[in-house]
Amino acid sequence: MSARSAFGAVAALLVAAGLILAPLGLKPYGIYILSLWAVTTIAAIGLNLTLGYAGQVSLAQGAFVGIGAYIAALLTAKGWPLGVAYILAGVSCFGIGWLLGYPALRVQHHYLAFVTLAFATLAYLIFRNEEWITGGIYGISNIPRPSLFGYSFGRPRDFYYFCLGNLALVSLATWWLIRSPWGRAFVALRENPVRALSLGVDTRRYTLMAFALGAGLGGVSGVLYAPLVQYIDPTPFALLLSLNLLLMVIVGGSGYFLGPFVGAVVAVLLPEWLQAADKLYDALGPVADVLSMVLPPSALKYVAKHYLVAYAVFVMVLLVFSPSGIIGFIEKRIAARKALRTALAAQPKVAS
Amino acid sequence: MQAVSSGCPAGVHHRAGLRPDPLAGHDALMADFIQLLVAGLATGGIYALVAIGFTLLWQTSQTINFAQGEFVMLPAFFMLVAMNWIGVPFWGAVVIGILISVVVLGAAFKKLLVDPMLRHGVLPLAIATMALALFMKEAVKDFYSAEAQPFPPLAAAINVNIFGAAVALQSLIVVAIAVGAVVALQLFLTRTQTGRRMQATAQNPVVARILGIPVERMILLAFVINAVLAALASALVTPIYLAKFSNGEYLGMAAFIAAIVGGFNQVRGAIVGGLLLGVVDNFAAAYLSAQYRAAIPLVLLIVVILFRPQGLFGRVEERTV
Repeated sequence: MSARSAFGAVAALLVAAGLILAPLGLKPYGIYILSLWAVTTIAAIGLNLTLGYAGQVSLAQGAFVGIGAYIAALLTAKGWPLGVAYILAGVSCFGIGWLLGYPALRVQHHYLAFVTLAFATLAYLIFRNEEWITGGIYGISNIPRPSLFGYSFGRPRDFYYFCLGNLALVSLATWWLIRSPWGRAFVALRENPVRALSLGVDTRRYTLMAFALGAGLGGVSGVLYAPLVQYIDPTPFALLLSLNLLLMVIVGGSGYFLGPFVGAVVAVLLPEWLQAADKLYDALGPVADVLSMVLPPSALKYVAKHYLVAYAVFVMVLLVFSPSGIIGFIEKRIAARKALRTALAAQPKVAS
Repeated sequence: MQAVSSGCPAGVHHRAGLRPDPLAGHDALMADFIQLLVAGLATGGIYALVAIGFTLLWQTSQTINFAQGEFVMLPAFFMLVAMNWIGVPFWGAVVIGILISVVVLGAAFKKLLVDPMLRHGVLPLAIATMALALFMKEAVKDFYSAEAQPFPPLAAAINVNIFGAAVALQSLIVVAIAVGAVVALQLFLTRTQTGRRMQATAQNPVVARILGIPVERMILLAFVINAVLAALASALVTPIYLAKFSNGEYLGMAAFIAAIVGGFNQVRGAIVGGLLLGVVDNFAAAYLSAQYRAAIPLVLLIVVILFRPQGLFGRVEERTV
């Protein structure tokens, strides 16, 4: 095992331990936000497959989250177990995603974005106007939390672990997928579809597959979202969600495995952290006195008051600084350091 | 951009009180029709101004500006500051608002946000403009006011009689200014050397550069024109909607839809798309329930995308290897 992969394994273990231990010190709202992060990350992972790896622009990921959420809400509210909704939502989103992939065979780039935009809009209109099935603007309430083998995930902390477990499964499956020949075919499709085709990659099948897999994960995310919030109406599944998921993928680093995780941290957790910035010094104790000499508490209060302005500035500065996102930036720094080290190692021979 | 759901805030037609009377006779129906048409053209003219800027940015620099609606929301506040804090009269404030917009929404936007990201593809820049939209909205809300601010009307609230229909003078002025701006822009683009250089830059920047056209300056000019059009639209639309931080949400969406419907890569398409959307919007408001009304622009969008993805007037862009 090389030094880098060992470092990566240790970092992954630390993050996993942190995620498992985090709810012990959090109030229900904090646990809810962390669960929301896990659920949103799953949808972002799906979009990263479609967009980041296969290079197909989709503005419809939020619609698949919506479809998954409505399937889960409708079934579980009628007493079906969540597992059934899970399978049904995954399969139907996969199928609809496959169908949505067909335009991608004909149109590319911004036209494809428009087609998916139209689909997202259509889905939203159905959620809102077809009252007989979705409840329209009144939504569906009393969505139960699931139970597994007689163990109920009703309490916030238990349901958080349920979401985290799902995220772990999805992450492992994705990790395997992008290292398989499929993942390589996706990247070939993104880099140069014509060349991929001439090398014998069935671009048609992989384009459809990229859409279907991404959409399926969107559906899974929705299935978890419905019991998390326990009440759904059309509003959260408007175009904004699709755009926000796109933001997560780009800001985290499109086409990088860790991109969606970091992107969801920025989009879901960062605004919450900024809003609570003024409470930072209360938590730090004696360290706060030292820190407050550099950064006065009034500055933190200012950030907390205008947290959305601060969030927007952060995203803009980040993207100007590194258009390939956070993970893209880190990867580039590592590559640059490696290049420097190789250059330094080569230097003495030349000098002597 | 966000409020697909919320629909248009109090629109032109609401002010004018144009709900048709079902018991009216043929003449009254005709009058209603004319009223709705003029109000629709007024709304559509404003959409067209915003959509034209949108397509200009796309053509010259592949910028998808998700903050386009906020670019219309903000100049009204520049004008309010000029009027209320400095005491400039209305038309002076409009000029000042346009000038500040040229500097902030034209030049500064291009230099600070677009230029560093231009080489890195369409998406990062599009996402950055989403963040910019949030920034502008929240900054106005936090640092100016969260409440709707009154904004002086363009004309006295009187009606003009056209073929028996009482049409608000305000609507006519909006139509006149919007048409004037569009005609001036078209003349500039097609009849002047600078305008043709801009077109050449939009069609093929590489060849344009070889032919000695200052491509960078032409792109900057497109951003400046976009800022002027947005500020103009702001002065036209704000008396109707009142100045509010959230005004850009629906306007940006409408301009985006108008640009797609007309054809993303054609100025002329944006004009037709804007007018069509405005008229359809107003007729839907009068004859359909509120619930379906907000859906109409979206249905229009879906129909056009499904049957003519390049838009009504758009050129088909070739896929390159």
